[in-house]
Amino acid sequence: MSPLQICLLLSSLLFCIGLVGVLSRGSAILVLLGVELMLNAANINFIAFWRYGPNPDAGTGIVFVLFSIAAAAAEAAVGFALVIAVYRHQRNIRLQEANRLKG
Amino acid sequence: MTFALIIISALILGCAAVAMALRNLIHSALLLIGSWAGVAAFYLWAGAEFVAFAQILIYIGAISMVVLFAVLLTRQGDAPEPVEFPSLSRFVTGLIAGGGVAGVLIGAILGMPFDVRTAQSAPALSVKELGAQLMGPHAVSLLVIGLLLTVALLGAVLLASDRRPDQPEDTP
Repeated sequence: MSPLQICLLLSSLLFCIGLVGVLSRGSAILVLLGVELMLNAANINFIAFWRYGPNPDAGTGIVFVLFSIAAAAAEAAVGFALVIAVYRHQRNIRLQEANRLKG
Repeated sequence: MTFALIIISALILGCAAVAMALRNLIHSALLLIGSWAGVAAFYLWAGAEFVAFAQILIYIGAISMVVLFAVLLTRQGDAPEPVEFPSLSRFVTGLIAGGGVAGVLIGAILGMPFDVRTAQSAPALSVKELGAQLMGPHAVSLLVIGLLLTVALLGAVLLASDRRPDQPEDTP
């Protein structure tokens, strides 16, 4: 098994762990952490294909991962601000009870 | 070389899986910091030093603080409340969906004949070249991502702030 395949298996499994967390947990914070895990898995894929791709000196993979990390940081900031806003309305962060648009 | 990769993979996957299964939010957040550190170690292993240090700065330094503050600001009472799974059927459904996706992806990866570069040495890309690329062909993207971060952080402050629009400005 080549190292590229191991990298891809790692990123697939990490993505699926994040997916299971997003789908099965009820706390908004854990759901956001699952989304972060899935973004990390995508970044691992970018780096793996940059490292073992046909043209590694171009550096496009690295640049894309940098932009992706910045977008993930923005997403985390907005997501956790939303968690705090939801907590202010309903005094807990259980997603099952967050079913009002205006409250 | 491959042995180090397997150790790093075990660290990342173990931390992430345990974090997603725990009931204590603080423990989950701390384990996920370990998982992000493992991802940074993977970037170092792959030869992308700049991305590794960006990962450490942003994820372990910044996002972990945001997570911990969110956990602490949304606690009820003094004792940490265990976060239960919503229901067994939902947990099983999530597990089936994730397992299905994992099966499809692993089958595709193992069945794909990758025609890859077999050079063992990591490609040498200095930070200077990376900076030239960021400022040269990707300058517009850099500006756009900076604008996105500014707008997102301002929006986060607005969303999380306690002040209502109808309140006067200097109400304590």
